[in-house]
Amino acid sequence: MLVTVPVLFVITLLGFILTYLIPADPLSMVLSERAMANPDIVRAYRERWGLDAPPAVRYLTYVRNLVHGDLGMSIATQQPVVADLKNFVPATVELALAAMMVAVVVGLPLGVIAAVNRERWTDHLARTGSIIGVSMPVFWLGLLALAIFYYRLQIAPGPGQLDPHLIPPPVLTGMLVVDSALAGRWDALLDALHHLALPALVLGAYVMGTITRVTRSSVLEVLLADYIRTARAKGVAERVVVFHHALRNALIPTVTVVGLAFGNLMAGAVMTETIFAWPGIGRYAVDAASKLDFPAIMGVTLFVAIVYVAINFTVDILYAVLDPRIRLD
Amino acid sequence: MFRYLRRSRAAMFGLVIVVFWAAVTILAPHLAPYSPLDQHLEDRLKPPGIRYPFGTDELGRDVLSRVLYGARLSIPAGVTVVAVTAILGALLGAVAGFVGGLVDESIMRVSDAVLAFPSLILAMAITTAMGPGLVNALLAIVLVLWPEYARLMRGQVLSIRHMEYVTAARAIGVPDRRILWRHVLPNTISVALVKASLDVGNVIIIAAALSFVGLGAVPPTPEWGAMVAGGRQKFFEWWIGTFPGLAIFTVVMGFNFLGDGLRDLLDARLRTVRYEGAEEPPRPPARQAEEFSMERAD
Repeated sequence: MLVTVPVLFVITLLGFILTYLIPADPLSMVLSERAMANPDIVRAYRERWGLDAPPAVRYLTYVRNLVHGDLGMSIATQQPVVADLKNFVPATVELALAAMMVAVVVGLPLGVIAAVNRERWTDHLARTGSIIGVSMPVFWLGLLALAIFYYRLQIAPGPGQLDPHLIPPPVLTGMLVVDSALAGRWDALLDALHHLALPALVLGAYVMGTITRVTRSSVLEVLLADYIRTARAKGVAERVVVFHHALRNALIPTVTVVGLAFGNLMAGAVMTETIFAWPGIGRYAVDAASKLDFPAIMGVTLFVAIVYVAINFTVDILYAVLDPRIRLD
Repeated sequence: MFRYLRRSRAAMFGLVIVVFWAAVTILAPHLAPYSPLDQHLEDRLKPPGIRYPFGTDELGRDVLSRVLYGARLSIPAGVTVVAVTAILGALLGAVAGFVGGLVDESIMRVSDAVLAFPSLILAMAITTAMGPGLVNALLAIVLVLWPEYARLMRGQVLSIRHMEYVTAARAIGVPDRRILWRHVLPNTISVALVKASLDVGNVIIIAAALSFVGLGAVPPTPEWGAMVAGGRQKFFEWWIGTFPGLAIFTVVMGFNFLGDGLRDLLDARLRTVRYEGAEEPPRPPARQAEEFSMERAD
């Protein structure tokens, strides 16, 4: 875990160098053109945001604050980046978990079915489906889903997390589904789930393709192993062979991909969140990027990097659980 | 190679789609019934019909013509960006793996850091800084994607560097540069090629996504992502966004089927030829290519 600390510093350093390489002035994104023409205002702003200090001083200040858990102020929202992250992360976690659930529940069995029925129509169907899944531009699929299920059929709610007529439950975790359940607000819970369904399905459809594909190829590989032949020769039922002997050994690549995909989703499903007006980290980051709000961009990046490390760590532990031959040093 | 491809129905399917769209790209001016920019203001927001097979948008522009012309942007852009990225990244990675030492360290640390950034967001920031526009958006994609190729190639080169034929070449006094170009690179190219073929679709989607959020192609350019964005608020006039989206989807699907077929082909060849006689077949490098091509424009 500790080896990641240098990586985090490289990230901050690179981010900093980037702000210097990029020709645009972040101030031009916050100040109006008239204010930009007034040297006094510009100077005052530079001082206010510490942009007048030499680069080395600025970097060291940033790192010192970072060590204290302070990610600086967002130029766009005028709030501490840490507070912003606290506001936006829960919605992303909620969406990512729901999407992963959809993707794993559908994708994993599909991959196994495809591998067992290799080169038969079920296999072709699963493979075709998975390629179609990864070929859909998510922003288009999201719009299509909204147009059909919200506008036409009116069985899904519109964008957003909760019906504006409902009073949101008290904030505990920030995840509406969890908070509503904890507060016993069943109306809010139902509505939140209703709102979550469409974005989760859209996002899940796209992760599913990768999971199906990886599961299929690793199950295929394992099915060729000697111990599978032995198990079959002993007369073990095919169902047991596939699910007990093969699947468990084939799960390692799948777990890796699920971990990677989850990390990707934690960076904010940028397009999905934009389409469905989902107040998550992706939307925050897009906003930050479009305003060249570097403290916010760095904050998101560091957050994602730490999440990745945590996920990799969990995945490593899962390896050892799945395959006792793997030892953790 | 084509003979091998013919055996895989999926790959052939992909190839047919790609060839179809390549033809559209070349022939768009002859196929399009109208100019993509001509406004027929009297025919605004017309649903698909005989005069306008895909309908018209809010300025009365023919959606079919715009979709056809859009191919001339998205497809060459996707192919060029992947080619540039692959060559740049592959060379850097190959040099890193082959030379080693400080060069390796510095190239790989920079690539680690770039990979640490959420790519779509980094691309957005770079595009914003350079100013919105299709060319800047494409440049940003190159800057964000090269490390994937660098890592892939470095791994390949490292595994090949100590093969006997490289040692043999070195023993008879072949200079390093020649070993890299003549003996190492040609043997790693196929893996990068598979990744590249799968990436063309990715890049087309990312470029469209950047245009969708207003950072790529500037209106009135008939770019597919921007056109989908144009149809965003118009649920009733579904044809405005649906057809350009369908175009992106089919092109990307074509490239993905083709890439998938290429990978199978490479996988099979690797298993039967290169590792013949080895006790346990090493993980096919094609699989590595897959792991690195997690899509980004989600």
